[in-house]
Amino acid sequence: MFDIFFSYPTFDSMARLATPLLFACLAGLYSERSGVVDIGLEGKMLGAAFGAASVAFLTANAWLGLLAGIVVAVSLSLLHGFASITNRGNQIVSGVAINFLAAGLTALLGQAWFGQGGRTPSLPAGGRFLEITLPFAEEMASVPFIGRFYAEFLSGHSILVYGAFLAVPLTWWVLFRTRFGLRLRAVGESPAAVDTAGISVTFLRYRAVIICGILCGFAGAYLAIAQSSGFIKDMTAGKGFIALAALIFAKWKPVNAMLACLLFGYLDAVAIRMQGQSIPGIGEVPVQVFQALPYVLTVILLAGFIGKAIPPKASGIPYLKERT
Amino acid sequence: MSAGQLPRWADLGLIPLLNLTAAFLVSGLVVLIIGENPIEVVQILLWGSLGFGEGIGFTLFYATNFIFTGLAVAVAFHAGLFNIGGEGQAYVGGLGVAAACLLLDRIVPWWVTLPFVILGSAAAGAAWAFIPAWLQAKRGSHVVITTIMFNFIAASMMVYLLVNVIGKEGSMQPETRTFEDGGRLPMLNDIFPFFDFGTAPVNLSLLLALLSAFGVWLLIWRTRLGYAIRTLGANATAAVYAGISPARIIIITMMISGGLAGMMAINEIMGSQHRLLIEFVSGYGFVGIAVALMGRGHPVGIVLAAILFGMLYQGGAELAFEIPAVTRDMILVIQGLVILFAGALEYMFRPTLVRIFTFARTPASSVPAAAK
Amino acid sequence: MTPAIELRKINKSFGAVHANKNIDLVVGKGSIHGIIGENGAGKSTLMSILYGFYNADSGDILVDGKVVSITDSKTAISLGIGMVHQHFMLVDTFSVLENIILGAEDGTFLSGGSDKARKELARLDADYGLKVDPDALIENLPVGLQQRVEILKALYRGAEVLILDEPTGVLTPAEADHLFRILEVLKSQGKTVLLITHKLREIMAITDTVSVMRRGEIVATRKTSETSMEELAELMVGRRVLLTVDKGNAAPGAPVLKVENLTVTDARGVTVVKNVSFEVRAGEIVGIAGVSGNGQSELLETLAGIRRPKSGTVTIGSEVLDLAHHPVDAAGMRAKSVGHVPEDRHRMGLVTSFAEYENAILGYQDDPAYAKGPFLNLAAIKETAKGEIAKYDIRPPNPMLKTANFSGGNQQKIVLAREIERDPSVLLIGQPTRGVDIGAIEFIHKRIVELRDAGKAILLVSVELDEIRSLSDRVLVMFDGRIVGERLPSAGEGEIGLLMAGVDDASAAASRQGDAA
Repeated sequence: MFDIFFSYPTFDSMARLATPLLFACLAGLYSERSGVVDIGLEGKMLGAAFGAASVAFLTANAWLGLLAGIVVAVSLSLLHGFASITNRGNQIVSGVAINFLAAGLTALLGQAWFGQGGRTPSLPAGGRFLEITLPFAEEMASVPFIGRFYAEFLSGHSILVYGAFLAVPLTWWVLFRTRFGLRLRAVGESPAAVDTAGISVTFLRYRAVIICGILCGFAGAYLAIAQSSGFIKDMTAGKGFIALAALIFAKWKPVNAMLACLLFGYLDAVAIRMQGQSIPGIGEVPVQVFQALPYVLTVILLAGFIGKAIPPKASGIPYLKERT
Repeated sequence: MSAGQLPRWADLGLIPLLNLTAAFLVSGLVVLIIGENPIEVVQILLWGSLGFGEGIGFTLFYATNFIFTGLAVAVAFHAGLFNIGGEGQAYVGGLGVAAACLLLDRIVPWWVTLPFVILGSAAAGAAWAFIPAWLQAKRGSHVVITTIMFNFIAASMMVYLLVNVIGKEGSMQPETRTFEDGGRLPMLNDIFPFFDFGTAPVNLSLLLALLSAFGVWLLIWRTRLGYAIRTLGANATAAVYAGISPARIIIITMMISGGLAGMMAINEIMGSQHRLLIEFVSGYGFVGIAVALMGRGHPVGIVLAAILFGMLYQGGAELAFEIPAVTRDMILVIQGLVILFAGALEYMFRPTLVRIFTFARTPASSVPAAAK
Repeated sequence: MTPAIELRKINKSFGAVHANKNIDLVVGKGSIHGIIGENGAGKSTLMSILYGFYNADSGDILVDGKVVSITDSKTAISLGIGMVHQHFMLVDTFSVLENIILGAEDGTFLSGGSDKARKELARLDADYGLKVDPDALIENLPVGLQQRVEILKALYRGAEVLILDEPTGVLTPAEADHLFRILEVLKSQGKTVLLITHKLREIMAITDTVSVMRRGEIVATRKTSETSMEELAELMVGRRVLLTVDKGNAAPGAPVLKVENLTVTDARGVTVVKNVSFEVRAGEIVGIAGVSGNGQSELLETLAGIRRPKSGTVTIGSEVLDLAHHPVDAAGMRAKSVGHVPEDRHRMGLVTSFAEYENAILGYQDDPAYAKGPFLNLAAIKETAKGEIAKYDIRPPNPMLKTANFSGGNQQKIVLAREIERDPSVLLIGQPTRGVDIGAIEFIHKRIVELRDAGKAILLVSVELDEIRSLSDRVLVMFDGRIVGERLPSAGEGEIGLLMAGVDDASAAASRQGDAA
């Protein structure tokens, strides 16, 4: 019983399940920090997963697959940017549209190109990011605690998992230690201040949504060509929205984002292992409780009952120079 | 003032038409990309949805769902609220339908059950909208995000309930027992025997949906509450000036919206499936967003848009049968494009149009009389 | 010596509004140049053009004698022009340091720029006495210090010319005095200061030269030492034909509206109405004169039930209301027969996307006269709208027309008709003729006087001193949230004008002491 909650396999799958969330969550972080609300993370991930799987299948090259995933997600990001930055359209509506477009196009093109009911064929060798065994993992396994931690938890993930967790300090550094990050944070809080400082609000926001697209590309590619061996219709299954929830839960901060994604990944990992198990003293906890928990926690946070999630002040509002 | 203005007919007619045309043109492009003939696709779509009785029946059946969810989104829009939770509210609305049917179907005829079903589904949908509404009104939590979260919470809750609580005993299927006659709405075929809808499950809920559309029109444009809703949506400061409580209107509007979404379940559960089962909403709640945007928030527009989407869903099914490469997912693409062009890019063509109109008007150099 | 800034024939229009007309302006290097004018005279637009926030439709800008093209703020900054906006352009969640370096980061990474900025801030502190903690968050700083950050931002970017747009609007008198000392120091270091204000006292206290703007034009430029407040006041307002309102003497009855010790704070917690007491009797018009932003708006909104006061009582008829503890909303105040014509009809008084007849009942939507159960009685509403359209000569006479398509004057009449025709015993009126043409002004004034003669208590707020003087039976002057004096409308324009500028010695001194305490 204890194993379900605390064991290396559980933690291992927590890290794996948290990875796509983390990519998508950081993607949303860049976009929303710049003042562009993005509920289209789900669609971009899905599009990227399809692009990655298709190209990885055709080229048998995982890296080209990743690149294709990024291209697809960035294209959708630019569409979102065109609607919400250039045309000052409603960002929520644009996000909803992108989710539908991605859901429809991936399945439609998948069927048209591969004829397997929206799936892509199983990936050939080289088309997939495989698990990497870190150096000396086998030798270390016998060392108690640290060694086992190294061998069983740190070692044995695909390169994208390491990438996701490295993206956290990188994002923190970009956001808080670079010129671009300073301006990005500023434009989400007060675009007028950025404008009067002689910086283009439009260009800045476009760069933010492009980064968002790149990270969504990683998230989708991970799902299709690292975690699985191919694209399956609707394979994101709401992960984009969990990532959005995690972003709110993290109060738009990178390190918190990682912790939130790990928490939600952990809940998912436990839920899988809980099927049919019962906890002594409590009895059988329905798996749906774990599935719903990320959303419930986010709503409670949004309600301000545990801390307050305050989004960037200008998020969701198209910038228009005001007539004084 | 006059610069940048378009005549009313252009604003209300031309721009939506352009947006819709753009959406369908891009859809046609997608069809070309997958190597099929767009004209043939349109022909099959039209024939599949309107070409024979059963096709029309299915079109109307789907349209019934979309009228309800479209109205739900539109009512909230009028108060300046974006209810993305139609999906979850409709799902939970199914509980209300099932509760009334399971309790009454063996004792009374359907027309006794129906009022309880209406009440139950609307109450369940409204209740599911209440928490996001309350959080928006009292705690300022953004209703868009909370309703998204509530869609997922609803999905988990319904699976749990259907598997563990109200599921049919001795069955692994996550569904309730099938309702007896007292829990089944009459098919339109039975009411209008002269029209052959074939096996299409179009049923009495269509009339209920049309009544609801009329009701929403009455509510928004003819009642004091509707006046308050529109005032809040158009100018929140003026609403406070007028002594309208934003918190109260937000909660009431969202509950009406949730109630309408919940009533969608009547069509699916009492009208067609005759049992409560998982995922019966299957995205119809989201279609409501496209329908409301396309119908520009007006019940007449919504009914028309719902029929158009009904055609897409039914015609799309025929299409997938006739041209296997064009699967039903094509509908999702069209839906996305309609939302994109009619919603997010609503004003894309506007500046160009304004320029054209201004140019056309300049030689006469007449000042528009109304504006001065 | 070449002037620091020279503007030649600058023009700027927003749609039909000609905000700047043929502006010529010469600003001497190392001077403090004031630009004074009423609200909407075009001062802020002009400065936004100079700062590159807007582009002029025509005209030339010369900096240091050379014609330049300032297409955006970046160019303005590089030309040594800095601006302190009326609404601060600061990122509230950022530290002072982050705000300073935003847009002037000095490299891709922040560390170098931050260190440089820290040193530079220390130097600016030493040179100008501009002390502020670089690591403090903006949202935790008082307004005066936030403004100092704005000044530092400009200086950090090497500004030689500093534009300040209504800098004292948000400051207490003590903070304002401090600001002026800073400006003196800047001047002594050779910087040029452009001060935009509508406060005469500030112009006299600090500037070397002053230009007066009126309706988009510069009507005069004077050496400050050679002019007087009276002259400037006259130039600002212009020798307008005083609109005579045909009205007899008031026959005031018993007090209907009584305000006692009313104190109101705004959303930021700043006290905007300070312990105000007055009364309005039946059959009289009490005018509140004052430069906008001195608490009149908040006073009016509080009495209308839109804002909740912090303390004080309001008595309507014989009913004493403790609004701080038992708030009454706008509908509640209307039920107590208080009508309200808000200052800003677009923002508050009308829903411009509604048809005219729908606006005819805004605020009275639950009145039984317009209801049939839960439904609106459209026939009755349209009847009312038609009646008001006829009586108030609203054009075009079409109740179905969208309200946005009516002219300003006719929109105002829609609001006035709605509020007056409900026959309130107290009518609160804000800016009744803002943006309204002459013909409509006369009409509106006549209606207000008629209402007075019908025995109603009327509280009038206007920034148009003319209007206050020609309509009111008594004039209260508000300055800095207080009522600083009461005059008869027959008192001289100059006398009331000085009170509005906070130059009543006794009250100005009292106000300062109050803030210091």
